[in-house]
Amino acid sequence: MTALVLLDHEGGRIRKAALSAVAAATRLGDVHVLVAGDAAAAQAAAAIAGVSRVLHAADARYAHELAEPLAALIVSLAPGYDHIVAAAGALGKNVLPRAAALLDVQPIPDVVGIEGADTFVRPIYAGNALATVRSADAKKVLTVRSAAFDAAPAEGGSAPVEVVAPVDGADVSRFEAIHLSDSERPDLESARVVVSGGRGMQSEEKFHALDPLADALGAAIGASRAAVDSGFVANECQVGQTGKIVAPELYMAFGISGAIQHLAGMKDSRVIVAVNKDPEAPIFQVADYGIVGDLFEIVPQLADALKK
Amino acid sequence: MKILVPVKRVVDYNIKPRVKADGSGVETAGLKMSMNPFDEIAVEEAVRLREKGAASEVVVVSIGVQQAQDTLRTAMAMGADRAILVLSDESPEPLAVAKVLAKLVEKEQPGLVILGKQAIDDDMNATGQMLAGLLGWAQGTFASKVELADGRALVSREIDGGTEDVSLALPAIITADLRLNEPRYASLPNIMKAKKKPLETLQAADLGVDMAPRLTIVSVAEPAERSAGVKLASAAELVEKLRNEAKVI
Repeated sequence: MTALVLLDHEGGRIRKAALSAVAAATRLGDVHVLVAGDAAAAQAAAAIAGVSRVLHAADARYAHELAEPLAALIVSLAPGYDHIVAAAGALGKNVLPRAAALLDVQPIPDVVGIEGADTFVRPIYAGNALATVRSADAKKVLTVRSAAFDAAPAEGGSAPVEVVAPVDGADVSRFEAIHLSDSERPDLESARVVVSGGRGMQSEEKFHALDPLADALGAAIGASRAAVDSGFVANECQVGQTGKIVAPELYMAFGISGAIQHLAGMKDSRVIVAVNKDPEAPIFQVADYGIVGDLFEIVPQLADALKK
Repeated sequence: MKILVPVKRVVDYNIKPRVKADGSGVETAGLKMSMNPFDEIAVEEAVRLREKGAASEVVVVSIGVQQAQDTLRTAMAMGADRAILVLSDESPEPLAVAKVLAKLVEKEQPGLVILGKQAIDDDMNATGQMLAGLLGWAQGTFASKVELADGRALVSREIDGGTEDVSLALPAIITADLRLNEPRYASLPNIMKAKKKPLETLQAADLGVDMAPRLTIVSVAEPAERSAGVKLASAAELVEKLRNEAKVI
């Protein structure tokens, strides 16, 4: 059994979510990885522990990881593989279902458990149920939820890198521009601590009240959909069913009521803390520690107490 | 140009569903059903494009049981012109849905298909991409902005860490993210008008698509319950607990 893992990378580095996908794939067999774009990322992929081969899609048409050419490339490589895997991020969710349709396969998204070569566990209904599914397809195409698998070590491997020949496909899409938000903070999906704000933060300006606490903890900043929709914070901060799924050691929710769509994105965190004025807020039902009170008083007190 | 918008009838997003006692699935009987929220956004975008003169007709389609016609009527009350209901026994998988939609695309010849990014019941996030693959069309997934010009669609996509702009040759597939727009409410007069709009019914079996599921549900379980936590009185007490009891800081 051999699995092909499509790796997400940025700035020549492999994203942590992709390392979790590699770790999941090692449970299915021998692991080859596919890197589209720059050579530095392909070299970084070669060092991942557990990877036995790196396929580098070096042709210019793959530089921006557009779904149309990349899915066609994956289909051309598919005959050598039993499993085709990616992290359940924007890249994997965009590309893998397209490749699956071309292979006449039903994809299995957001896998959180592997029970065998054809049997997988995935959350449905915003994480309110866990379905165990068995695939009858000859090839399994899956995306894995990185929060559910420990990342493979980024160092220690020495896999050979080979450039794969491009494949002619429909030339129907063009990359125009990318707008990444530059944040000094750790990446939300791989942070050990996440400090999140909701509608209770009241404004964009007041949302910054979380900054000193996040600094003190070395935390990533997250948000509920309400905070994002109100314009308090950029939408890549959104945690939830339709945003990012995180499972940090510590998740701190300030002014977040705890709608099921938000809980879907954070309820697997090891420790959950909630601070909310409303003692009846649903977030308290999943919080290990809760404080009923005004977050604008409590957040500075927390930052002070951490310094002691 | 015609726009096709597939819509799905799902358990209302405010309802927390329960797993069936026998572990065979999720109990949906008797629950309030609504249009999938992402599909409302897709319908809204299509209607706006028609209002701007960028499209001439908006056709909505749903695949599923007879009651899905309520969802189609809702879409027509929002402004869609006509509807197609493809009757099928149960909730088909995205692969089968994409194949049915590909047949309808052949028949209707739309210049654009706008879907929701995912359905909130199966959380698959796959149908749009699969349809694009089957048709060989360009795809603009997780769209937060769409502009049509010179036979192309310029789409801003939500990606990890920001947004990306892509330009797609038409015909194309777009899947709607939450931030694409704010869907309108259907007014009472429009709900009444929607009752008179045409709704065509087809049988999935007549389309020559193999609807058999590829995934067998072995079991469905409740996720592990978190144990109840404690309420604390002060920030100092919380920091002490996080340091000495939970040992996370």
